[in-house]
Amino acid sequence: MSERILSVLVEDKPGVLARVSSTISRRGFNINSLSVGPTHIEGRSKMTIVTELDAVEQVKKQLNKLVNVIKIVELDPEMTIETEVLLLKVSINKDTQTSVIEKANLSSAKSVDVGQDYAIFEMTGSSKELNKFEKLMKPFGIIEMVRGGRIAIQSNL
Amino acid sequence: MTKELITGAELIVRSLEHLNVSTVFGVPGGAILPAYDPLYDSPIRHILARHEQGAGHMAEGYAQATGELGVVIATSGPGATNLITPLANALMDSTPLLAITGQVASTAIGNDAFQEAYTVGLSMAATKHNYLITDASEIPQVLKEAKYIATSGRPGPVLVDVPKDILNQKTIWVEPKSLDLPGYKPTLEPNPKMIQQAATLIKSSKKPILYVGGGIIHSKSHKELYDLATTYNIPVVTTLMGRGAFPDGHELCLEMPGMHGNYTATTSIQNSDLLIAIGVRFDDRVTANPDFFAQNAKVIHADIDPAEIGKVREAQVPIVGDAKSVLIGLIEALKGSDLDTASWINDLKDMKQNFPLSYDQKDDGPLKVPYVLEQLQNLTEEEAVVVSGVGQHQMWISQHWNFTEPHTWLNSGGLGTMGYSLPAAIGAQTAFPDKLVLALDGDGCFQMTCQELITASTENIPIKVVVFNNGNHGMVRQWQKIFYNSKFSASELTHHTPDYVKLAESMGAVGLRMTKKDDVKKIFTEMLNTNDKPVLIDCVVDPDDMVFPMVPAGGSNDQIIMNKEDLKQL
Repeated sequence: MSERILSVLVEDKPGVLARVSSTISRRGFNINSLSVGPTHIEGRSKMTIVTELDAVEQVKKQLNKLVNVIKIVELDPEMTIETEVLLLKVSINKDTQTSVIEKANLSSAKSVDVGQDYAIFEMTGSSKELNKFEKLMKPFGIIEMVRGGRIAIQSNL
Repeated sequence: MTKELITGAELIVRSLEHLNVSTVFGVPGGAILPAYDPLYDSPIRHILARHEQGAGHMAEGYAQATGELGVVIATSGPGATNLITPLANALMDSTPLLAITGQVASTAIGNDAFQEAYTVGLSMAATKHNYLITDASEIPQVLKEAKYIATSGRPGPVLVDVPKDILNQKTIWVEPKSLDLPGYKPTLEPNPKMIQQAATLIKSSKKPILYVGGGIIHSKSHKELYDLATTYNIPVVTTLMGRGAFPDGHELCLEMPGMHGNYTATTSIQNSDLLIAIGVRFDDRVTANPDFFAQNAKVIHADIDPAEIGKVREAQVPIVGDAKSVLIGLIEALKGSDLDTASWINDLKDMKQNFPLSYDQKDDGPLKVPYVLEQLQNLTEEEAVVVSGVGQHQMWISQHWNFTEPHTWLNSGGLGTMGYSLPAAIGAQTAFPDKLVLALDGDGCFQMTCQELITASTENIPIKVVVFNNGNHGMVRQWQKIFYNSKFSASELTHHTPDYVKLAESMGAVGLRMTKKDDVKKIFTEMLNTNDKPVLIDCVVDPDDMVFPMVPAGGSNDQIIMNKEDLKQL
């Protein structure tokens, strides 16, 4: 099944995230990723919801019924700039240090903190790129990994 | 001039007055207490229910009988949780409801304070929208918005939660601004292109059916429906929520389709080549298994809620809009056309004759609900407001009562809330003190909210209650009989049944009983002649009677079980 990306403009009011996620879960829909943050317009936030639903039309309609939801646009994957953020803490030692940093550089991950036995990398990119980086780091021993929700914007062609 | 300082509580009462609220239903308690102080001095009538669920259903009954906003007030914690059932009920049946709940002080929220419950969270999935007030000055604006949201578009319940310190906060009255709801703009006017497409389909249809429901009643468009149906000779089925939208007894009226619908209504949809669905949602009690529903029909689906269109059944012509505007548009677009439906109507007329609803009342046998209903309707001269519970009796009323006007049939259709009838009847009678309001209830349902009979007596609300007493959860028993090999697990109420006559008397109502055919006329006449008190009739009926026709859940509407004999083939 292919992914569908919804870009949802909402009023920045208390409880709006709960309303959206409750509407999605109570209708029995699953989501792969949901992120929310402010927009350039005061009082408006933008949610990016990624789902694999066939029933995306129903989700859109049900979400549209929420009083605080202003507009829902389904993004065309072909014309969408999408990114996701990752922080990854990996074990290092004298033997592995060089290799880890080399691999990170090649993946265009940025080292943000390096200690005696660990390194923390930050990376933004597509989900695929982040998955690839995670795989690369796995043999060295991942201590912790955090990924932010996916965000997306429509390109002008 | 300095503006007068008033409390949040006074703002609530004043706002309700500004919103033309004349009656509220409720139960006081700690957190909401400040609001009850100015309410005492207000011209608004407050009906003190015995349980918040009762108060909520009263407000629903008021709203369903009038088509206007019903208002209920409750305190925090258990007061609010007891309201969840009526809220969910109102959401399912699109009833305009405003619930105002007290909340613990804003400084105590989240601390598990006494009588604290997360009301906004709990009610989120049971309301159209809800609010938590954070400053008293918001109150007039929020209540104006709440009423607008509750009553416009597809109506529904809105809850406003007000912490106690906000109720006591002093502020000034600020006239509410015009509404600014960027995410809430119901589409009322249908797209003319869609109306044209619908008209084209209708013109070429040989077997059209108008499949209409609660949306007609909410939009007050029964006259337009009547015009469309009678001008172009299109038969009409009215769903459980749409009973009364088109007059029973009219030759085009096929009445209720579905699980317990009559044979002709259900079959007409199956045989139709075009469903003109307006203000309906293809509920599973109408469609049974949707894969077998109206397989040869094209569908025009008009609803004010876009999410209903295509939810269950794909529509060839989807129309988003208010039922009234849709009907007016269709009448206009069809002007001058001549539909060839005569042979279709004849077929249906024959079908009605060949497959009538029936019941078997023996002279000396136990009373049958359909018989009792027919006798009661024969004795009532005026158009009564009939308020039902949920189960066998509800289906029998919908089948056998003749509804000719909207707002005369109140029931819990979507959620199926037992206990709805008595309090909802109180709400309806409050709105129409001079109308005949009948709470026709089952004994299982009645026992869920029967304490509200005291509310009726105390407030001089002379409802007439008929408890169809079969000593059982009748519909549960019917299913156990059919699908569970007559294993009557937990469906019998008979071992300790209250004496309903004494119960009525102890609650300040008149208690009567009927057990046999000879009683019916006499006892009903006595009931109908008593108008200074609520009356309750303990109507003892046959526990083994079953509602037919029946289409088992998930079955096909092509296979209708007509009677006990048909059951043997299951």
